[in-house]
Amino acid sequence: MSGSREAVIEVRGLVNRFGSQVVHDGLDLDVYRGEVLGVVGGSGTGKSVLLRTIVGLNRPQAGEIRVFGRDVLRASEAERREIEKRWGVLFQDGALFSSLTVLQNVEAPMREQLALPHSMMKALGELKISMVGLPPLACGKFPSELSGGMRKRAGLARALALDPEIVFLDEPTAGLDPIGAAAFDDLIGQLQKSLGLTVFMVTHDLDSLHAICDRIAVLAERKVLVTGSMADMLKVDHPWVHEYFHGPRARAAMA
Amino acid sequence: MNGASVTIRRDGEGAVLELAGRVVMGTLHLIEPGLRRAPSGVPVVIDLGGVAALDTGGAWRILELRRTLEAEGARVEIVGADPHEAELLDAVARSLPRAEGIEEPPRGLVPWIAGVGETIVDLGRTSIEILGFIGLVVARAGRTLVQPGRLRLTALVHHMQEVGFNAVPIVSLMAFLIGVVLAFQGSVQLRQFGAEVFVVNLIAISVLRELGILLTAIIVAGRSGSAFTAAIGSMKIREEVDAMRTLGLDPIEVLVLPRVFALILMLPVLGFIANVMGLVGGGLMSWIELGVSPGMFVTRLYETTDVWHLGVGFIKAPFFAFVIGVIGCYEGLKVEGSAESVGRLTTASVVLSIFSVIVIDAVFSVFFAEIGV
Repeated sequence: MSGSREAVIEVRGLVNRFGSQVVHDGLDLDVYRGEVLGVVGGSGTGKSVLLRTIVGLNRPQAGEIRVFGRDVLRASEAERREIEKRWGVLFQDGALFSSLTVLQNVEAPMREQLALPHSMMKALGELKISMVGLPPLACGKFPSELSGGMRKRAGLARALALDPEIVFLDEPTAGLDPIGAAAFDDLIGQLQKSLGLTVFMVTHDLDSLHAICDRIAVLAERKVLVTGSMADMLKVDHPWVHEYFHGPRARAAMA
Repeated sequence: MNGASVTIRRDGEGAVLELAGRVVMGTLHLIEPGLRRAPSGVPVVIDLGGVAALDTGGAWRILELRRTLEAEGARVEIVGADPHEAELLDAVARSLPRAEGIEEPPRGLVPWIAGVGETIVDLGRTSIEILGFIGLVVARAGRTLVQPGRLRLTALVHHMQEVGFNAVPIVSLMAFLIGVVLAFQGSVQLRQFGAEVFVVNLIAISVLRELGILLTAIIVAGRSGSAFTAAIGSMKIREEVDAMRTLGLDPIEVLVLPRVFALILMLPVLGFIANVMGLVGGGLMSWIELGVSPGMFVTRLYETTDVWHLGVGFIKAPFFAFVIGVIGCYEGLKVEGSAESVGRLTTASVVLSIFSVIVIDAVFSVFFAEIGV
């Protein structure tokens, strides 16, 4: 089955160490085109570190990371810029530039990477903001004037500004109320389908895993312990995985 | 294929617009001229059969084209989209912003005058707030003096090291160089009158009375005042200050008083070090430049320099320290919302505290001149 699918991200033998603390040791992971991959793991198992390593914010001690078939750790500056145009990242609290309005935040990557006329950039920015479900009024607001959920949506609009092929989401539903979280899940699912996105999502939210993830990767013991669908996870008998997917919260999410 | 193209073909009554290639944000400028030539008033078919790639930007442009043509009364049909492209077109069409943008801020004379008025009112309000804050700090300081147990000793010592001990190298270097410059410039001027030996008076009075303490205060304002604002501002953003309030801790007592006390205790010490280093620098330069030996320098220093010159300098130190500390903390507590506001208020804090230090210095100069010290 996996032979026919194109892996857009391939991680091989990844080693991440901070001082004497080993976070990843020989971690392997594939992300296939068009899927929603949920990455779960206990606190401190290096989910966010993995995300940061793939997008190049953290340099690993060893290993190989291929994105779109190109080795990003050994790519030249120009090659990296090309690849960076093809992914978008949503950080945990949106990481919007606080000195810019929401619209300017969404326009920022376009301004940097494309030579578009100003009016078109504004129209596209407003379109992206409306696509993530924010009202037009939000365009002129500053990030500090938005609620947490709106900041995440605005962050997603910025991540989608260049129509990336891969979107990295770091705990997209953390800190949202259940209704807001479900709406955000829906939004990601919808955008994923209509834009044909590949989604790499670090999450703790069992509801999101259940609702939109095609595949789940469990980080434990410094590597990817298992990957597979929700049904596969339920059969794994590793104690942590069992606890995670059979705990009271998991049962509630699956009910 | 990396480009995009548009061909317009007449077809009986109407026209067919054939889009081909990668219709994405990066290539919109290539098809823009072609799209502008689209005939108006006749039925148009937009054929996406040759489109290799479509993104939201391309979809948006196609839908915009349809909207403008339909507004001119033409019938428009989009054909040849594969299922994925059709879905994208749908998704974009659903979320096209309906409301007309955001209203522009008003321009003209009246809003400008209103802006000036608001700034002045703000200025007045800020002055009153600072006055209130000073009162609050003084009240809390008074309570701490009555109940010394309330003073956070660890924090005080920590800040004393931060603002005092760690500033010794930069303050010493600064004062030493000021002494050197004064001696050098003074000797050049005084030599014209054959009064080189008065260079000692020049150095001693200007360093002890004014420069030593004033420049130290300016450096401390830049170094520690900004650090106070940035540190307290970051705590404010991360809601640490609010957390303190809910825990029954008084931010003034926990954050402001140790910093202000540390400055009041350490600024005179730094000023003293600056005085010594200024005299050393001046003495060294006089020796090199004018041949005034260190022994003679010290002798003339004893004979000609009244101890009040030193006193005048030191009386000012606690006032400078208090103002720098209070302004630094006040601006820090004013931080709200964004990281940018920390930067803005840190700048404001440094500018305001240096300005205040200079104003206070001027007031003291007039005062001491009047009472004849």
